[in-house]
Amino acid sequence: MNDEIILKTDHLKEYFPIKSGIFSKVKDYVRAVDDVDIYIQKGETLGIAGESGCGKTTLGRTILQLIKPTDGKVFFMGSDLSKINKKKLRKLRPHLQIVFQDPASSLNPRMIIKKIVGEPLVINGVAKGADLEKKVLELLKTVGLTEQHMYRYPHEFSGGQRQRIGIARALALNPDFIVLDEPTSALDVSVQAQILNLLKDLQKRFGLTYLFITHDLSVINHISDRIAIMYAGKIVEVAPTKDLFKKQLHPYTQALLSAIPIADPNIKSKRTHLRGEVPSLIHPPSGCNFHPRCPKEMPKCSKIEPELKESSKGHFVACHLY
Amino acid sequence: MLHLFRHSLLSMIGLALILLVVFIAIFAPLLIQEHPSYVEVSTDQGTTRVEERWDINFENKLLPPGPEHYFGTDDFGRDIYSMVVWGTQISLKLCLMVVLTATIIGVILGGVAGYFGGKIDEIIMRVTDVFLAIPYLILAMAVAAALGRSIENIMMALIVVWWPQYARLLRGQVLSIRENQYVEAARSVGASGWRILFRHILPNSFSPLLVQITLDLGAVLLVAAGLSFIGLGASPGTAEWGLMISMGRTHMFHAWWYVTFPGLAILITVLGFNLLGDGIRDITDPKLRR
Repeated sequence: MNDEIILKTDHLKEYFPIKSGIFSKVKDYVRAVDDVDIYIQKGETLGIAGESGCGKTTLGRTILQLIKPTDGKVFFMGSDLSKINKKKLRKLRPHLQIVFQDPASSLNPRMIIKKIVGEPLVINGVAKGADLEKKVLELLKTVGLTEQHMYRYPHEFSGGQRQRIGIARALALNPDFIVLDEPTSALDVSVQAQILNLLKDLQKRFGLTYLFITHDLSVINHISDRIAIMYAGKIVEVAPTKDLFKKQLHPYTQALLSAIPIADPNIKSKRTHLRGEVPSLIHPPSGCNFHPRCPKEMPKCSKIEPELKESSKGHFVACHLY
Repeated sequence: MLHLFRHSLLSMIGLALILLVVFIAIFAPLLIQEHPSYVEVSTDQGTTRVEERWDINFENKLLPPGPEHYFGTDDFGRDIYSMVVWGTQISLKLCLMVVLTATIIGVILGGVAGYFGGKIDEIIMRVTDVFLAIPYLILAMAVAAALGRSIENIMMALIVVWWPQYARLLRGQVLSIRENQYVEAARSVGASGWRILFRHILPNSFSPLLVQITLDLGAVLLVAAGLSFIGLGASPGTAEWGLMISMGRTHMFHAWWYVTFPGLAILITVLGFNLLGDGIRDITDPKLRR
């Protein structure tokens, strides 16, 4: 890992319009990603953690331009992905890949594995004919599958195998950066570990950079170099994994990490219980998004939105306490 | 796929009936006793057109079924057996042409509307709505009446009324399938919109379409026969089942065979398509696929 920044977002926003009425007038917006600034260094794994519906997945998709951002920029290898035209974007696509959460729906049920894994190669004119077959086989071997799997359909595989196929497809174009969108959440615990280890091996072998999206904190602890905690469309804390598990600054992070179950009945958990619900992304609270639920709420929290500031080296937090 | 049919007796019967009908249609020239002759007739536009005619022989008028004429003869002394067998070809050609053309139009328009959405979707779907707003039989009658009596014109009329439901069906399919992650995966590797539509979305919307096509083959046949019956279809003298029933209805009480055999032909074909369609629906239902 070096300090070269491979990808950076600048005030990235993704608002989904809510339309109503006969003229489809835009009534309001769902602020799924609201003003997110993150950077990822070459070769590292940045974990994005947060509750369901906090905008993690949307963030991943917006970064890859699978959905156009409403506002803000995404810099990748020097170019702003949100500004370049379709043609240039398609040229850059091979460098940016994604592995999806649900391996059952991310593979076309009417295509054999050879076609699925080979599709990126065909579209981008990398390989054809016998060469294509060789490349696909190589990819399947890389993720621990064999030649006999090439001519089968997705429904003939187990969940873990399907996820391996999804990874093989993402690897086909020799990407630099892969968004892993909860790649293990649909799998059994034992299979989860296999996939995580595979991902780690591949990262070492090919020098990949990962953006790992998950709600599972034990998984993120295992794989990430740094972690960003997301709450209601915003990043509230970013820190190296070790630092974060040692010392959490943001009250939300403290509550989130205290919720990790400990596999020892003798240890009494000191869980912080949050009151209330996750706020609506349509009408987020004023000031700090978290203030209605925050145990350390101050008067200014409901008025001024805190900015993401560096409190110690590499440890960023968006909270008025610091 | 064929082995799945074995689970359902009714769809097996449907398949057998359709295979029988197709067999008869293909080998019709070898099966019939009397053959049609071809005459040139002038049309309203001043051009000429070749039409099929069956030899008229008033001496054989309204003979009951027997070894000479298996299904008897009609009021012009024509052999009903030969005409019914010959009509199989005409009917099958008609339904296939109508349904396939309607499917192609519907798939393209519905696919484009569903996948690209926005303004294109609005335009295509509002046009479709206009067609669906008019009762299809009335619309078909109007088109057929405007074009004049012939099999080709009846095909045109039926295509005009049949494509909108395919456009609707396909649009709905595309809307649900394009939300699948494999579509997004294809986009993330740089696939173009057309590639996604033709490689990922359309192949996956095929099953409900196949069911609809099979069921519609029977429905089209019924409507075409109905139009012929009320005098808007095939020109008189053609071996078209609906037309034959229409001609025979005045003789129904003293020559039962005149309307019965063309009627049975329609019944068998429509029943076959419907049973087959139901069978295909059951087979493509993933819950039955163990």
